[in-house]
Amino acid sequence: MASRHQNIQLNDQGQLRHFLTIEGLHRGLLTQILDTAEAFAALPGRPIKKVPALRGRIITNLFFENSTRTRTTFELAAKRLSADVLNFNISTSATSKGETLLDTLRNIEAMHSEMFVVRHSQSGAAHFIAQHAAPGVSVINAGDGRHAHPTQAMLDMFTIRKHKGDFTPLRVAIVGDVLHSRVARSQILALNTLGVTEVRVVGPSTLLPTEARCLGVHVFHDLDEGLRDVDVVIMLRLQKERMDGALLPSEDEYFQLYGLTSERLEVAKDDAIVMHPGPMNRGVEMASEVADGPRSVILQQVSYGIAVRMAVMSMCMQTRDDAGGEM
Amino acid sequence: MSELRTFMNHNAIIDLIDGMAHVLCSRLADHHIENPAIIGIHTGGAWVAKHLHNTLGIQDPLGLLDINFYRDDFTRIGVNPEVKPSSIDFDIEGRNIILVDDVLQTGRTIRAAMNEIFDYGRPASITLVTLIERSGRQLPIQPDVIGLRPPLQEDEHIALSGPEELSLNIGRKDN
Repeated sequence: MASRHQNIQLNDQGQLRHFLTIEGLHRGLLTQILDTAEAFAALPGRPIKKVPALRGRIITNLFFENSTRTRTTFELAAKRLSADVLNFNISTSATSKGETLLDTLRNIEAMHSEMFVVRHSQSGAAHFIAQHAAPGVSVINAGDGRHAHPTQAMLDMFTIRKHKGDFTPLRVAIVGDVLHSRVARSQILALNTLGVTEVRVVGPSTLLPTEARCLGVHVFHDLDEGLRDVDVVIMLRLQKERMDGALLPSEDEYFQLYGLTSERLEVAKDDAIVMHPGPMNRGVEMASEVADGPRSVILQQVSYGIAVRMAVMSMCMQTRDDAGGEM
Repeated sequence: MSELRTFMNHNAIIDLIDGMAHVLCSRLADHHIENPAIIGIHTGGAWVAKHLHNTLGIQDPLGLLDINFYRDDFTRIGVNPEVKPSSIDFDIEGRNIILVDDVLQTGRTIRAAMNEIFDYGRPASITLVTLIERSGRQLPIQPDVIGLRPPLQEDEHIALSGPEELSLNIGRKDN
């Protein structure tokens, strides 16, 4: 139990309080997130797509970095839990007027917000906010620098489980710009925690982190070799805006070497699925024929993202009281 | 909970449910309730509902409801690690619904279940069937058909276990 207490993400009972990174979370907890998301995934089929679980609670989206899609899915997830949502785009707000991060935090806490969904370009920002948050306030990391994007990883795990069932026999290839990808780091941790057979990272050496092998993955520089017999192909976005050096000759050449086409996909298993966290650069990471093809589950990832975020939010917003519960 | 004793075994429970099916049929006829659909509440209610669903020969698939996210104490108790998806594969709108649970005590589960049902549509009616009715009501909710009303002490707890071999067990709550 001592180690649980040291993990800022867990409360005294070992339950999720913050969701900052996959690191340090055990398989049972990740499975519980997926099981809970399963219950929420059925909601879109109903006339009323909300549940009253978080009625009267306030959730704040604190986005220091623009991301319409992620913010929207978090907002929708909160609304489907019947919470009230505040949106702060800090890049255009108070900090540009000189207010410190902690002052901004205290101000929003004073509005009785009980959860912050934080996106920031600096690695560790969500962790910093969680360390300084008032008791009873939960923090969810919606992407911090190159560090982590745990809800994206969990929605990817949910999508994989929906299609493949058991994680154990799976071989998964993560292709592209792993170096700049917080999504890839979280995916690798989640896949290994859930016990897949093999995680591969595929890309040019300039786009793979030098410490890649320490992450428990096999490294491939040739796409055909990397895709051979895999069950799942995860394509990463070429993070053009993050590249500060000449890491690539050109987008065309990248596509020639690492772009996914129907032809190249043939070496993967017949029932392999193709995923992409979005937004996708068609003709750079992937040909449209694959993105729109029968093996693509990219749009399902978006739908499942709402259910997974609902699961994480509802699990973090609980305060255990073992004395109650009789109905 | 300490010392658990079996109150009723599988065969006795099945006999009880058969008797409930009989009473339920009469009630539906008396109230001119036609073409009902049946919904069981996870987990024990679903087991009882499954038997009633078979016995009554209802065409629509059995509906299953997990009321975890509708509980009035959700933020205190939190997510049940064994939460299951609700699945209702028929149109609730305008239907006569038979709602089934294993034990009716406070009435809060039934309130939560009715709230969830209304998020699927507006039913014509809801008939409440519970295997056990016991003391401890906190809301004005009463069953239409019950299996049994066992005399229980306030600190006694009754629960249905299953699903293959059903068993009703009574224990005493630890203080």
